[in-house]
Order: sequence, then structure tokens, then C-alpha cells
Amino acid sequence: MTATYADSRDKPRRPLIHRRSAIPGFGITMGLTLASLSLIVLIPLAAVGLKAAEQSPADFLHAAFNERALTAYRLSFGAAFIAAAINGVFGLLTAWALVRYEFPLKGLVNGLIDLPFALPTAVAGIALATLYAPNGWIGSLAEPAGLKIAYTPLGVVIALTFIGLPFIVRTLEPVMRDLSADVEEAAASLGAGRLDTIARVVLPALAPAWLTGFALAFARAVGEYGSVIFIAGNMPYKSEIAPLLIVIELEQYDYAGAATIAVVMLVVSFAMLFVINAVQAWARRLSA
Amino acid sequence: MTISIRSVEKRFGRYPALNGVSLEIADGELLALLGPSGSGKTTLLRVIAGLEFPSDGQILYGDQDMTFAGAAERRVGFVFQQYALFRHMTVARNIAFGLDVRKGAAKPGKAQIAARVAELLRLVELDGLGGRYPAQLSGGQRQRVALARALAVNPSVLLLDEPFGALDATVRKSLRKELRRIHDATGVTTIFVTHDQEEALELADRVAILNQGAIEQVGTPDEVHDAPAGAFVAGFVGEANRFAGEAKGGRFTLGDIVLRAGEVRDGPALAFVRPHELLVTDPGKGDLAITVAHIAPQGAVVRIEGATEGGQRIEAAIARQIAAGVHPGARLELAVSRAYVFPA
Repeated sequence: MTATYADSRDKPRRPLIHRRSAIPGFGITMGLTLASLSLIVLIPLAAVGLKAAEQSPADFLHAAFNERALTAYRLSFGAAFIAAAINGVFGLLTAWALVRYEFPLKGLVNGLIDLPFALPTAVAGIALATLYAPNGWIGSLAEPAGLKIAYTPLGVVIALTFIGLPFIVRTLEPVMRDLSADVEEAAASLGAGRLDTIARVVLPALAPAWLTGFALAFARAVGEYGSVIFIAGNMPYKSEIAPLLIVIELEQYDYAGAATIAVVMLVVSFAMLFVINAVQAWARRLSA
Repeated sequence: MTISIRSVEKRFGRYPALNGVSLEIADGELLALLGPSGSGKTTLLRVIAGLEFPSDGQILYGDQDMTFAGAAERRVGFVFQQYALFRHMTVARNIAFGLDVRKGAAKPGKAQIAARVAELLRLVELDGLGGRYPAQLSGGQRQRVALARALAVNPSVLLLDEPFGALDATVRKSLRKELRRIHDATGVTTIFVTHDQEEALELADRVAILNQGAIEQVGTPDEVHDAPAGAFVAGFVGEANRFAGEAKGGRFTLGDIVLRAGEVRDGPALAFVRPHELLVTDPGKGDLAITVAHIAPQGAVVRIEGATEGGQRIEAAIARQIAAGVHPGARLELAVSRAYVFPA
């Protein structure tokens, strides 16, 4: 049956966003979410953009893409990517060991993994720098082989690996635990060996969570400052990370220049996270 | 493939799951393992599959000792209750998995695999769904995929662990018929676990009834229903009124109820009488008298619930015409046409 209305204004009104739903609280949660997101994330980021826009286009381009800045971006994003990839491999193994096996001191190992979360990053940086310096415990072993770790890009990668580890382990753990033994047994009963089962059944099932962990570790590493500056050596054009460059610009009262580098980092980070998210959504759709 | 299970024991820590189970499964047979939860039926199936290994005893496939061979070596097709499909693969890739993982000369060519997948999709009536992902299928369809995947490797035996347990009643019924049809079409020896006696009795050639890690009886559906080997089977398979009384000199007595007990030794005894083996008789000629409490028509019969004077609850299934005049509160005299009596 269709109801007719004398005037279209008499039609029952449907709110624009808020469709009727049995789940309460949409209005208030959405409102608070938008308010806090704006206050904490969007407004500060907009301010960065506005500050960078205060200069002429030529100045902006120069501040954004001079040789020193480009090297810093390359180091920051490159080292973060390598560190996340290293964690991707070892974090996967660590999570596997923690979920699948019982071993002595498992609780302690479990606790150690969260340490990079809790430790003040400067403390981690100083400890790493001391260890890997040419006269440090590990650095003195690498030195004779002609391998310099501290005060080189390699040191940066090590610091970023340290702070990124928990992200991969902690995102993989619950998914691994939920992975039912059924599926592996099914593969085994169909004649798949252990390697085949892992490569064809287990790893694909973990892929979405692994990508999430990778994205988190990468994002964290790109923005990392405290632990890196002690071990990096901070030589311009060599081992200087982009966040440090921002601090240097600030110390020279070049606020617009600092904001410019920040804007570039924002755009690149956002683009990379966007791509990772898209891949993840695609992987998740298959395994829903 | 004939399968022989010889005195198999399985303990999980100190908890015994199987206590000396022996069972022969004939080539091409469809056998049900039926029992309450915790009876060891799933453990037995997993031991047969090579997913668990017995603590003692022997498993033979044909005349080959497979006691400690892995699942792959035994070439079993295993179907899990929760389907256990590979979620990141299409239906076709799922079905092809067992052929895909073969190595070297044993691996069929691409075209051969595709043909086999198409054939199996037809067999389980999922033609045209090969490109879907498991998430896009209903529960019944997923279980069909799991069945096709298990059959793809031409298994020597097909093992199903509560295959219809996660499905709703209608789908369960139709899949049951499917399984029978597929079994008859392929002729593969099939063992399935269930706690649903209707499913076991309807589907299987023979039923093995397990209780507390031991087999109570193995027989055709008729045998286990009409000639139970013990008190557990009599109470577990089909419906029965249960009387706890005394056997003496070939008679079972409980209050004023007296039944023929056959060869049962003297002492405490249990008697089981199926509701349809109670007949309405003229006053003075019955084995027991009840006061009717509740009447429920059910198709051709009427279910009558009542109690004897001694307080024993009785359920009887009486033909509709005969029960026509019965109403709650009426006194009804019943004759027992058959009772199963066992020592308690």
C-alpha cells in the first residue's frame, strides 16, 4: 500500500545521516569522535599546513626539496621501511613461538617484547648508541670487520627496529591464536607437508594482520626521534633523519621551513598508509 | 579399503579417551560412530585418520599396519564439523588443494586438475560456484565444498566428524541424503561421527555405539534399535520407558509391575519398554495401569503421558483410533508387548 501525502512536507522526516537503528548512541559517539579528532589531530595538522603556506611557492619548494631535506626523507622512510620489514620477519617468528610453544621463562620473554613500548625512547637510544659505538660491546666486534654501525644509517635502522618490534608481535598474536587447528589438519590430511601448509595455508591467513602490524611499525618508525638521534650521529647528507631536520629548522627560528618538511612527511606517510590499508582491505575481503 | 581397529587405547594425560576399542569396517561400508559427547567417538575417528596416535593397539588399512602413519600417508579424506575451508582460496582452489600440493610426477597437469574439480563440483551440485570464496557461501554449501575437497584425492577412506552438526535442520536432512548418494556413487569406505541417533540410524549401513571410550554394540540400525546389547544402548537408541527394579527367576518386578525377564541373572535390574510397545488392553488383562496426565496427538499415533500408582512415569504411543476416547485423568490399562531387561 502506498500512502499519499497532500504536501511533501507531511512526509515522515528521515534524518540525513542518522538512519533509525536499534543500536543507541550514534549521535553522541559520532559527535565526540569528531570533536576530539578535530581538537587533537585535524586542527594541529591544519596549522602545520597553514604555517607552511605562509611562504612563497619558490621558498616552499626550496625548503621542501633541497638536497639536505631529500637525503633526510630518503633516510627516514627508507630506514623505517627496512626496520618494519626486519620486524615483519622476526616479529612473525616471535609471535609464532609465543603462541604455538610452551617454553621456560615464556612470561619473561612475553614481557620483554613490550619493553620498547614502555622504555623512554631516549634511554633506548643512549643504550643502543653505547652498545654499537666503535668502542661499545657490539660495535667493537663489528669494527675490525670494517662495519660501522653507530653514527651511520645502519644505526638508524637498528634503533627503528628496536622500537617497532612490539607492533608486529602484538597484532599477529591474537590472529594466530584464533587460527584453528582444523585448517592445518585439513591441509595435512590432503597430503600437504609442513612447509606447504605454512606457505599456502597459514601465512595467507595471517597476511592481513601482518600488514596491519607492518603499517603500525612503519608509521611509528617514520615519526621516531628520541632513540634515533643518539645512535644516528646526525651528519647532514648522511645520517640525519627528517624529524631531526625539523628540530634544527625550529632552533633556527625557521618555523615555515620546519612546517614545510612536516607537510612533506605528512603527505608521504599518508599516501603510504593509504596504500597499505587498501592492500589490507583487499586481503581482508578474501578472508572474511 | 577394509579398516581394522585392534584394541586401541588412547589416553590424554591421565584421562582415558579410548579403552581397548576393536572394530572392523568393511570395504565400501558406511559406518556411523554414535555416542554421547565425551564418549570418545571423535577421538576414535581422529585415530583412524592419523590426526591422533593411539597409546596402544593397532590400526590396519587392508593388511597394512598404519598405526603410526600420518594422515597424508593414509590417504584419508577428512571433513570437519566447522568445514575448515581455506578462506583465502576460491572454491575451485580449495577442492584442487590436495592435487596441487603433490610433487613431481604424482602431480596431475593443470587441465587434469581443472577437469577433476569440475567433476567434483557437479557431484556435490555446486556447478558454477568454483570462482566464489568460502565467505560467499552458505553453511550447507561450505560443507559440500569440504566434502568435494576431501574426495578430490580419491581417498581410501572418507572420515566425517559431525559433518552436519553446524547446520540447521532442513539443510542437515538434505545433506544427509546427499552423503548417502555420494557414498553410493563413489563406493568409498565412509565413517562418520554423530551424536544424533536419527542421523546415524537413517544414514548408516552399520552403527557403532560408543560410551565412555568403549564400544557398546555394533550392528545394523535395526539391530541396535530392536536388539540392544545392553542397558546403555537400550536407553540411548530410540525412546524407552526405564524401570529400575529386581530380576528373580526370569521375572522382572517393580512394585506391582511384572515383566518377563528371560535369562537375566537374579538381582537389581533395568527394564526398557519402547512407547510403541505398550498396548491398551481390557481392565484386568494389562501389565500395568496408569492415570493419564497429558495427551499429544502426533500424526498416526497419540502420545500419552501418565504415571502408575507407584509413581513410575510412563510414555505410550497408541494408535489414533484406539486412543480416541482417552482424556486426562482417565485410568488406562496397558500390556507390554516387549521389554528389554538387563542387569543393573
